[in-house]
Amino acid sequence: MSLARPVGLGRTATIVLAVPPVVFLGLFFAWPVLSILATGLAPEGRLAVDAIADTLGRPYLLDTVVFTIGLAVAITAGSFAVGMPAAWILARFTFPGRTALRVLVAIPFVLPTVVVAAAFLATIGPRGIVPTRLADTVIAVIVAGAFYDVSVVVRLVGGLWAHLDPRTEDAARALGASPWRAFREVTWPLLRPAVISAASVILLFSITSFGLVLLLGAPGQPTLEVEVWRQASVMLDLPAAATLAVVQIVGVVVLLVMNACWQERLAVAQRLRPAAEVARPPRTTRERVAVAGIAIGLAAYIGVPLGALLERSLRAGDRYGLGAWEALVQGSVTRNVVQAPAVDALATSLVFALATLCIAGPLGLAAALVVGYRRGWVPRTFDALVMLPLGTSAVIVGLGFLVALDQPPLDLRTSILLIPIAHALIALPFVVRAIAPVVRSIDPRLREAAAMLGAAPGRAWREVDAPIIARAALVGAAFAFAISLGEFGATLFLARPETTTVPVAIERLLSRPGPLAFGQAMALATVLMLVTGLAMLAIERWRAPGSTGF
Amino acid sequence: MARTRFDRLLMSHDPGSAAEPFLRLEGVGVAYGSRVALQPLDLTVAAGSIVAVLGPSGSGKSSLLRVVAGLEPPTGGRITLDGRDITGVPAHDRGIGLMFQDFALFPHRDVAGNVGFGLRMRGDDAAAVARRVMEVLELVGLPGAGPRSVGALSGGEQQRVALARALAPEPRLLMLDEPMGSLDRALRERLPAELRAIALRLGLTVLYVTHDQEEAFGVADRVVILRDGRVVADGTPEGLWTSPPDAFVASFLGFRNIADAEVSGGVARTPWGTLALPGVVDGRVTLVLRPDALGLADTGMGGVVEARRFRGDHVRVVVTTDAGAPLELEVRDGPLPQVGERVRVAVDPARVNVLAAG
Repeated sequence: MSLARPVGLGRTATIVLAVPPVVFLGLFFAWPVLSILATGLAPEGRLAVDAIADTLGRPYLLDTVVFTIGLAVAITAGSFAVGMPAAWILARFTFPGRTALRVLVAIPFVLPTVVVAAAFLATIGPRGIVPTRLADTVIAVIVAGAFYDVSVVVRLVGGLWAHLDPRTEDAARALGASPWRAFREVTWPLLRPAVISAASVILLFSITSFGLVLLLGAPGQPTLEVEVWRQASVMLDLPAAATLAVVQIVGVVVLLVMNACWQERLAVAQRLRPAAEVARPPRTTRERVAVAGIAIGLAAYIGVPLGALLERSLRAGDRYGLGAWEALVQGSVTRNVVQAPAVDALATSLVFALATLCIAGPLGLAAALVVGYRRGWVPRTFDALVMLPLGTSAVIVGLGFLVALDQPPLDLRTSILLIPIAHALIALPFVVRAIAPVVRSIDPRLREAAAMLGAAPGRAWREVDAPIIARAALVGAAFAFAISLGEFGATLFLARPETTTVPVAIERLLSRPGPLAFGQAMALATVLMLVTGLAMLAIERWRAPGSTGF
Repeated sequence: MARTRFDRLLMSHDPGSAAEPFLRLEGVGVAYGSRVALQPLDLTVAAGSIVAVLGPSGSGKSSLLRVVAGLEPPTGGRITLDGRDITGVPAHDRGIGLMFQDFALFPHRDVAGNVGFGLRMRGDDAAAVARRVMEVLELVGLPGAGPRSVGALSGGEQQRVALARALAPEPRLLMLDEPMGSLDRALRERLPAELRAIALRLGLTVLYVTHDQEEAFGVADRVVILRDGRVVADGTPEGLWTSPPDAFVASFLGFRNIADAEVSGGVARTPWGTLALPGVVDGRVTLVLRPDALGLADTGMGGVVEARRFRGDHVRVVVTTDAGAPLELEVRDGPLPQVGERVRVAVDPARVNVLAAG
């Protein structure tokens, strides 16, 4: 007999739920990162001042750091240049094809980096539809990076913009402000928190955009991550890679702290309005021209590379044909070397994705229940802890596994689980983010209503919370699946010939000469795009209406 | 539409006769940590009656409802329902119907899933649930709404579904927490009458919590007014209207002309001027001049019309008396004075409420 409110989670349940994710993060995140620190700073048990000085003193290191930051800033600027007009028309106007455009803009964000890199090679690469010299330059990386992050701007800034009361801007107009002035003085200050949060997310993504830089960038211009990978995998100098990784980690932590401080200071309480009340058809000719121009440009920017990917996969030399697809399925012989059918990688990837789902799903659900039901510092700390792998880059995770998990007591080098564990670590924040807000938003009065209708506390939880959470858990599972399918940075460190995943296979195909390999890369990237797309479609269907975030 | 039927039911409703208390609270209070939301109080509700608990926000009215529902533990005391002590009975075993503020409909279930929830909890088979859901939806005027999604309902429809959900398991006590929520005026007018009709037809006892005195008076046989966790008034709507027990209640009921006065020799000195109050004992008192105690006349207190507000069936006129205090009265017929015009206000001493000085 208990009269306490039928809410939430007891102490015992909290501990039972919190222990598995904490152990997982400890073993597979904290331990590898600490190992990187140890290897980077003190490979022989004491601080290796000379070796550190040697690595840090290499003249190109400063260049690499400056280039990494500069590239991130350029990608962020590019994303906003395209994303703000896109956010504006999608938030403020109704026009034919608006829903389609909204879906199209959301696509790049969920695409694996390898697919995006392949899509731009298909468009402007040497074998692309419009062959240019831009591939293998920083320009291609910026264009492809912005392609990615436009969807972040539209989602975060446009998401807020669509709910701002347009009458505040009308009021400014009525008081004599020009349209631009009204935007600057009224709308911009209200949007600023979303702009800053989008900018910091994009900066973070850009600093950790390993795949794009590796596949599209100029070989002589590495970012920190690419250099970490080169030192570890090509030069086989793990201590140097670890030292560089420490620099990367410090940079990311600084960025995250700065972001947290800005967010606190910039939060503006405002009344949000239903999006349907905000959007209207364009009225003047100028508005119509602007909306049409932006919509068409945006559709081309996002649609053309994705279409080009498919088109290039159907190319056999100068004619159209299914040669690349046949080679993909049947294997090929190049220079007397028999190449296994690249589609085998798809089977590997699907198995890994399922395994990732089985690891990250339950762990993420457990963590999300703690974060969602408990109040106070416990869930906040836990939330931040679970988010850490998201802040660090996949390359660091890959390097950490390489450094930490190759000797007893944890020798997983040859374990089939190594890659799924790495993927689960990277997917975990997304799973928690998909479930925890839903748990938190369950109105406790729904449980009370169930109690008043005769449901005992356990039954009330099963009837009210469980179905709502189950739906969110499906979304989380689909995220884990999709992230595993597309993961590239960490997998590149860990994949062995028999565990080649689709993204790694695409990278290998792209580095092989000949039109057939290129065609296969395009075909495989198309397949990956479609499979990831299906997973994301499932997410959109299952997602509770009105929920935001990732 | 069915207005006349409801009105007929309304007239025939006589709760005073069944005096056996159905719900009894003895020394029941509620506290959240160290903050006392409801002082220990005694309250009885007769079977078949509709009692409105009225009070401003923070007065403890929702806590009263939650403690009866079993959603809050009482600080002490005893709650009996139909002769049975339910103080220690968990919420889900009390069999009380509760309609939540803003309704708290289950968003992941359709209308039928919401309405049938309590029936499933008590183990009814699917056919019985479906039958009863149809019945109750018909009762609340939403026949055939079962398969609809609750997200697609209008505010008024949500309210009906919430009522149907609370009614479906046939509770004998129905409690409603601010059931008008954020609904518009037309709906606010309609529900009290329909609710009365339904309660009467089903023989329900109803506890109705609201902050709106018009709503409370429209629905209830008896009104209990709470302030800062205490009962400050308890009576029939007519009784409270004609003789509010103190200045707080009078002002809460919407009376504007409330002031302290000094009575000596049957004459009261008030901020509005002097007033003949024959038979009132000398001393300090608080006076309430209800709108029906005042009228424009040829004699009485002089003043100037300050403002006029059209209110449909009457016009509210604010007169600043020669003594300098504003006096509000309702003019229903006869010529309307212009703003700035000099008038005289007659007071009917029989309708003036004389309260102990507050």
